[in-house]
Amino acid sequence: MTRWVMVADLERCVGCQTCTAACKEENATPPGVQWRRVLDMETGEYPDVRRIFLPVGCMHCDEPPCMDVCPSTATRQRADGIVTIDYDLCIGCGYCIVSCPYDARFRTDRARFAYGGRPNEAERKRFDERRLGVATKCNFCVERLDAGIAKGLSPGLDPEASPVCVNSCIASALYFGDIDDPQSGVWVLLSQKNHFRLHEELGTGPRLYYLWGSP
Amino acid sequence: MRRSGNSGGRIGPSLQKSWDRRAAANFIAGGCGSGLAILSSANALWSGNLEPSAFAAAAVLIALGLLFVWFEIGRPWRFLHVFFHPQTSWMTREAALAPPLLVALAATALSANRAAAAASALLALAFLATQARILRAARGIPAWREPLIQPLILSTGLAEGAGAALLFFAFAPVSERLFLSVLALAAVALRQFAWRFYCRRLESRGAPKGALAALQAIDKPVLWAATLAPFLFLLATFAFPLFAAPFAVTAGVSAIFGGVLIKGVIVTRAAFNQGFALPDLPGLAGTGGGASTRPGRS
Repeated sequence: MTRWVMVADLERCVGCQTCTAACKEENATPPGVQWRRVLDMETGEYPDVRRIFLPVGCMHCDEPPCMDVCPSTATRQRADGIVTIDYDLCIGCGYCIVSCPYDARFRTDRARFAYGGRPNEAERKRFDERRLGVATKCNFCVERLDAGIAKGLSPGLDPEASPVCVNSCIASALYFGDIDDPQSGVWVLLSQKNHFRLHEELGTGPRLYYLWGSP
Repeated sequence: MRRSGNSGGRIGPSLQKSWDRRAAANFIAGGCGSGLAILSSANALWSGNLEPSAFAAAAVLIALGLLFVWFEIGRPWRFLHVFFHPQTSWMTREAALAPPLLVALAATALSANRAAAAASALLALAFLATQARILRAARGIPAWREPLIQPLILSTGLAEGAGAALLFFAFAPVSERLFLSVLALAAVALRQFAWRFYCRRLESRGAPKGALAALQAIDKPVLWAATLAPFLFLLATFAFPLFAAPFAVTAGVSAIFGGVLIKGVIVTRAAFNQGFALPDLPGLAGTGGGASTRPGRS
């Protein structure tokens, strides 16, 4: 069975935010809404200090708390594990937003654009009134994924069938693929390198893995 | 650990902005209303003093609370969708309990029937429990997902309800108010214990500093104004019967004030998310130590 996951190599990510920009371009998210973003962290104590760039977003959890609390069933999980939001069902109560341990959900009540009151070309093309007043978040570019699969393409290998953040990464730090497929790149990476997931103690089973060196 | 200037987003805990005073008002009014229904029913069943206007007030409070939530949601005209997920959503369950509860309260107010009062109390207790579970299920907010939030919300609702019930019996003879006064004393004491244990647990579990600071800021008002004040004024109603009515009103108002304070702060000012914390990563932060970080956590 297919289970899509994303893998971020912390030793490769340079924090350029190209994935953030690509996501905003693809999804025309309003100012302040970043379905994909890269946190810039400093760790350690002087003089042993290091910067870590941490890509975050919806983790498409195995046990998504947002789905359990949703009163309208707008938040659902597909068989391949991708957590989606039905904009026509969502009432915008915000319960999923406060239930997400990864600060990955947003609600925008009014149309806002990057450069004042008028949308630019990309925003005008992709503006979706249904996204106002409801919860929104990263969906692993599910429409690209499904369209690519329908064409016989392989998500994670073929850019046309992969999330735009993965395609855009200048350092090849982001990977996408089927964790249940031993031939997939993500499976190989996870079997060869140290990895962790954020806030695992909460038991949500996030499906964004972080790599940091060899065992 | 700190974030640098071009950081791509929040790292440490930040205050949630999705639920504001309108959501807090639902927990306050709904808790007070359901507590009022429970205490008024208990009083009616025990001492035979059924006060119809108290049940009407409880219904109004609960309906007002839900109205506040309606004002908060992004797509208010889809409100019927709230009933779609009773399998796991405590918000759906709260919404589903509201209509029968309001009907039972209206029936009690109109008929002054004890059986209706008992049904109101049971439904109100369930409604109050769903409110506690709504917060408990919000796993993005450490101050809400703490299991001890449940006894705190339950006891706060009962204390608020006892305070409101005292207002309805403030001018009644002492004998008619005695049972209610004992219940109010117990509810207020229970709330203080629940509050103390809740705060202590959050501290021990390393809740966000901002949440702890917000709770700490009201610790003394909760003790003095919301616990000791109702205690002393209630005792004073027996010591000074001449002033029993104003003392009972003051005790009731201060008991309600405690609920407003506690729930208002928990929902709006202590509602920090946990931010992003890295586990210990040997090797990532140089040769010596790991990269474990818990920004903004106590």
